[in-house]
Amino acid sequence: MIDRNSPVTEDELHAYIDGELSADRMDAVTTWLADHPEQAALVASWRAQAESIRARYGAAIKEPVPQRLKLDQVLNQDRANGRSWATMAAAAAIVAFVVGGAAGWVARGTSAAAPAGFDVFATEALDAYRLYVVEVRHPVEVPGSERTHMTQWLSKRLGEDLRVPDLQSIGLKLVGGRLLPGPTGAAAFYMYENSSGERFTMYCAKADLPETALRYTADEKVAAFYWIDDNIAYVISGPADREQLEKVTKAAYEQVDKTGAKKL
Amino acid sequence: MAAFHQNVEATIPALRRYARALTRDSDIADDLVQDTLVRALRSEHLFHGGDVRSWLYTILTNLNRNRLRSLARRPALSPIEDNDAPDLAGPEAGGRDIERALATLVEDQRNALLLVVLEGLSYREVAEVQGVPIGTVMSRLARARVQIKNYLDDGRPALRRVK
Repeated sequence: MIDRNSPVTEDELHAYIDGELSADRMDAVTTWLADHPEQAALVASWRAQAESIRARYGAAIKEPVPQRLKLDQVLNQDRANGRSWATMAAAAAIVAFVVGGAAGWVARGTSAAAPAGFDVFATEALDAYRLYVVEVRHPVEVPGSERTHMTQWLSKRLGEDLRVPDLQSIGLKLVGGRLLPGPTGAAAFYMYENSSGERFTMYCAKADLPETALRYTADEKVAAFYWIDDNIAYVISGPADREQLEKVTKAAYEQVDKTGAKKL
Repeated sequence: MAAFHQNVEATIPALRRYARALTRDSDIADDLVQDTLVRALRSEHLFHGGDVRSWLYTILTNLNRNRLRSLARRPALSPIEDNDAPDLAGPEAGGRDIERALATLVEDQRNALLLVVLEGLSYREVAEVQGVPIGTVMSRLARARVQIKNYLDDGRPALRRVK
């Protein structure tokens, strides 16, 4: 569009209309545009686009903020939700205690009848990730503030001594956890999030399969690292950014690893 | 603490505007803003200084990405064109044109363009919100503008002919 030797680059034209140029460059570009009608027309069309966008949506900022978006309201409502969470978590703990034995028996029956392959854990975990990661108000059954209770509850349901990794050192807060149906019975699912709202989950299910190396799977949006260690399948899921997910996996792995043998 | 809340509160009208443009539905937009506020207040302890406004835009942008991701997993209910009012003339036509043009953009490009032209964020702030270098923001903007221009130049007459 603009030839390479031009004293004004296309980037500068964008910066020009977005107010990102220094005052002297502003003047230089204005002068240059006066002699380049084709580029001037292009710049005018971009300005017109911006005007249409502002004309279409700009007025929304002047509308009165509805009651439910007032900060006091949001704060109060969130506190109320927090209370009901705690109550529900307590109720869930009692139910888990009562039905725990029976569920364990069903889980054994399932796993014997349908031995699951390794990849099925990643598939299930990614489905759960996609389903729950979009939940804002009810992403988990037990909030992260009740880590001890959650660990005990989920360990009991899986019949395994689970560890819930602490990932604060890499900026991830534990949102909480939930119980899920898995290929071999119960599965435990913990959710973490960083300060910008990106979420990562860890999925654990019993697996009567030999220990494996670390595997990676990804589509355009989401990715997972998964492995089996000591009869538990672990799946770490998150947005499809391998480097970032590797960091999370490494931190989580170091905390659940019981043998210390596997290297990332 | 009080300053943090004040800054959040002051940003709400702008967040509503941005969400409106992202979702093209005022109810969904307000849900998104509400979720953003809940998230922000809960994560207050994770906020280590910096610009509250950029941080809120970041949360809202990420929540909207999650929303779109979950929508993509469901079968599409109706393509955008089905919502067209038959009459493309009149004062509303320009608004609908730009709305449809925006809808044809790749999500990251749409976010970048709206943050710059509607919300008035600097390139540096958008880079922070999107977690990419400034150069990437600029190429997203450039591609968005080319795409919208093509759409408005070619798309509109074609639609008129169909009618």
